[in-house]
Amino acid sequence: MKHVDEFRDPAKARALAAEIRQLARQIGRGPDNPLLVMEVCGGHTHAIFRYGIQQLLPDTIEFVHGPGCPVCVLPMGRVDDCVALAERPEVIFTTFGDAMRVPGSRKSLLKAKAEGADVRMVYSPLDALQLARDNPGREVIFFGLGFETTMPSTAMTVLEAKRQGIDNFSLFCNHITIIPTIKAILDSPGMQLDGFLGPGHVSMVIGTAPYQFIAQHYRKPLVVAGFEPLDVLQSLWMVLRQIVDGRCEIENQYGRIVPEHGNEVALRSVQEVFELREFFEWRGLGSIDHSGVRVREAYAQYDAERKFPVPNLKIADPKSCQCGEVLKGAIKPRDCKVFGTACTPQTPLGSLMVSSEGACAAYYQYARIDTSRLREDRQDKVSA
Amino acid sequence: MCLGIPGRIVEISDAAQKLAVVEVGGVRRAINIAFIVDEAHPAQACLGDWVLVHVGFAMSRIDEEEAARTLELLTQLGEAQAEIEAMRQSAAEPAVGTRLS
Ligand code: SF4
Repeated sequence: MKHVDEFRDPAKARALAAEIRQLARQIGRGPDNPLLVMEVCGGHTHAIFRYGIQQLLPDTIEFVHGPGCPVCVLPMGRVDDCVALAERPEVIFTTFGDAMRVPGSRKSLLKAKAEGADVRMVYSPLDALQLARDNPGREVIFFGLGFETTMPSTAMTVLEAKRQGIDNFSLFCNHITIIPTIKAILDSPGMQLDGFLGPGHVSMVIGTAPYQFIAQHYRKPLVVAGFEPLDVLQSLWMVLRQIVDGRCEIENQYGRIVPEHGNEVALRSVQEVFELREFFEWRGLGSIDHSGVRVREAYAQYDAERKFPVPNLKIADPKSCQCGEVLKGAIKPRDCKVFGTACTPQTPLGSLMVSSEGACAAYYQYARIDTSRLREDRQDKVSA
Repeated sequence: MCLGIPGRIVEISDAAQKLAVVEVGGVRRAINIAFIVDEAHPAQACLGDWVLVHVGFAMSRIDEEEAARTLELLTQLGEAQAEIEAMRQSAAEPAVGTRLS
């Protein structure tokens, strides 16, 4: 496993880590009540594991891996809905590759495909639109999934479908929105987070202003962070600096990509096509108010939920799965009873094992080293 | 899936519809550039730009150094290969409104 200090500028990484340890000492938490900083985005989760960033930190700071991997929070019932749509004979069901292996209560999309459903992996919603144009006798459905990073792209695709008069294209909209999600986490009982690393690419679209309530109302610092190991360390440093100074602010470490006001064109297309749902169901987290969007009435003819019957059943996760606990940061992946045994990236039981951005898959891939070694490692680095 | 990948715009295929061709790791693919053009930087001016490409859309203009660093990061994360492969497969059939030939 490669560590952050093998990454491009080891001297900088070490210097930052030393400053982080210094700030942690000033904050004065013990290992039994460490500072908890949630990285909201799955891209950060992946980078943190890949570069062994946690091992660079003192045991008084811990990352809590947030729900920011759209594939990972997809409830089983939604996968069942996808399968039901895909199994209609007139339908070509298109999806990003990530969603193919997420288990439903009966089967995954991959299995449905193997059994004869016309499921196709696409790179872009635009490819789905192209398929619709090439197959006028079929109904092409695109499985829209993701936070604000992907939302503008599907919105724009719906606008293109309308502009080009392609009426055999529709969107099965499962987009989720970040702000109500963070709010739900902050409101959850027993919430102990001390600060956040904000998602880089969601913020590129929405800007930094929507996070203000986190600082103002909940009095927690949030730093929008880039994905390089040095970005993550620097952002963490900024969070700790705020805590030491007694400040709660929204800061932007990723200014080279994230403009303060976001991307106006992208936001306008989202606004045009989508509206908030009253609530949306999340795997492991239950129903969160206003956390999803649906297609507006004006674009009803491109809405798969209006165009086709969707079973929309609530399916409880299998008993042995503890994805919800992991998502909330209540337990570590390795504490789940089926981790690494019944549930592996090859045979995922829960969705956190499916995507490389899922906390369980990341743990499985990078962190299955025994913890005593990690601790030695950490000591080495501290004394180095 | 939210990371996207840096690429360079090598052709403006349809300025009116804001369509371009981007090259990522040797693969060319049609993308939509509506999110990065405005009056100050119209479609025609995008030729040669480095952009962050996400599911077939340019989401942000970046500089060349940022592009190189991001690509290296994605390669180390194992994401670049998967993304380029997905692009390669889809590039076989040109996307919306683009005439590659
Ligand atoms: S190990 Fe599998 S079942 Fe357990 S929490 Fe992780 S993904 Fe869910």
